[in-house]
Amino acid sequence: MGALNRMKTTLPARIKSIAVSIAAASLLAGCATSGNPKDPIEGFNRAIFAFNEGLDAAIIKPVATGYEAVLPSPIRTGVTNFFGNIDDLFIGVNNLLQGKVPEAFSDFGRVVINTTVGLLGVIDWASDAGLEKHNEDFGQTFGRWGVGNGAYVVIPVFGSRTARDTVGLVLDVAVDPVAKHKPIAVRNTAIVLRLENDRANLLAADKVVEEAALDKYSYMRDAYLQRRRNLIYDGNPPREIEADAEQADRPVTAEAETVEPRAELVPVTPVLMAHTEPAVAK
Amino acid sequence: MKSLFVFLGGLLIAATVMAQEVAPDVLVKTVTNEVLDIVRKDKEIQSGNTKKAIELVETKLLGHFNFTRMTQLALARDWRVASPAQQKILTDEFHSLLVRTYSKALTEYKNQTIDFKPFSMKAGETDVRVRTEIKQSGAGKNIELDYYLEKSGAAWKVYDIEVGGISLVTNYRDSFAAEVRNNGIDGLIKSLQAKNKSGEATSVKK
Repeated sequence: MGALNRMKTTLPARIKSIAVSIAAASLLAGCATSGNPKDPIEGFNRAIFAFNEGLDAAIIKPVATGYEAVLPSPIRTGVTNFFGNIDDLFIGVNNLLQGKVPEAFSDFGRVVINTTVGLLGVIDWASDAGLEKHNEDFGQTFGRWGVGNGAYVVIPVFGSRTARDTVGLVLDVAVDPVAKHKPIAVRNTAIVLRLENDRANLLAADKVVEEAALDKYSYMRDAYLQRRRNLIYDGNPPREIEADAEQADRPVTAEAETVEPRAELVPVTPVLMAHTEPAVAK
Repeated sequence: MKSLFVFLGGLLIAATVMAQEVAPDVLVKTVTNEVLDIVRKDKEIQSGNTKKAIELVETKLLGHFNFTRMTQLALARDWRVASPAQQKILTDEFHSLLVRTYSKALTEYKNQTIDFKPFSMKAGETDVRVRTEIKQSGAGKNIELDYYLEKSGAAWKVYDIEVGGISLVTNYRDSFAAEVRNNGIDGLIKSLQAKNKSGEATSVKK
């Protein structure tokens, strides 16, 4: 109980100190420009990044660490699977929008199997049955349609995005059944549980990033951009032309991803785009 | 007597040819299994002894990595700007950084298994990707871990590692370029040295 009281008094203080540090960071960041063409609003992004790091260190990470320590691994796996099953439905929708029909049917098959035999998704029987889990979202669908990255942005709480993926995120959230669930108390618990469970799954990766990064901000940014590019191509992106010594004359800006669109998928775009646009406005 | 020499000489040649002919996928598989066998038995590494993991990586893996090529890839256009002496220091420092990162990842090992994906290569190919996947035992998602190898001379050497599509090497490109733009090659060397010093301090403390 004492601990709880202490928590109550320190939490607002912590948030306040985070707020102060953001203000300081934004002031400093105002003058920092690196000239990276992928990251035109770097100063702003670094400020939000500092805020997210503060939020993570003060609240999200400690809770995730406790969550990982308290709950046995099979239960955490169940939680991951439960939310993963909800995701699978929209992964299927996105595969369909990308013209990957067999993958989409596999995703819908996963939902059917796991929701029924897998007890509302808690057990992932579908993977055992050989239906592979995919990774898709609206941002990837847009990328597949040929929409370029746009500027890199760091969003409060959600973290790294590109302009394109931000629009994707708005759609992801708009269709998210967890966010729409009623009553509100259950919904909030579910959102926090999902967030903390996801965070707990990343605890090991944290330490490796700390070890690797000279500058955590740019390390995370570039990792995000590489990861998204890889996902859009389902793990087989064309290798970027190596800008090493032999091709030293190439300008830096040419490294921007101009080769991303898949020509054969572009014709679908206008119809589907027209269809999805109102959803963005909503 | 003479025939014995010929026979021994023949064996020696056969042995070197065999050593040369290790296919890249076999190499990755053998070395991965060898290293993981050691990690599985070593409680100290599993409980976070990065120093011990570094020793393991240095003895088992280093011969199979081409750090000069990695550093060249990470520096991109700036590699040619650096003098040979600077290239040497950069390679050494980047080497330490990568080894420590990789070792740190090994200390996070918890009962994962490695799946080796089917591999094929055309005759005469000198640049290949060997794909593996880390299967998590617990709640985490599986992670793709790909090795890029290049035939340099007789042997295959790893020149890039991708974790979930993120290259441990080219991920440094933009931050290295920014550092060089602001503080020159020597500035980059200094920041790499500082990073390695602080990393060493924490791994000894553990």
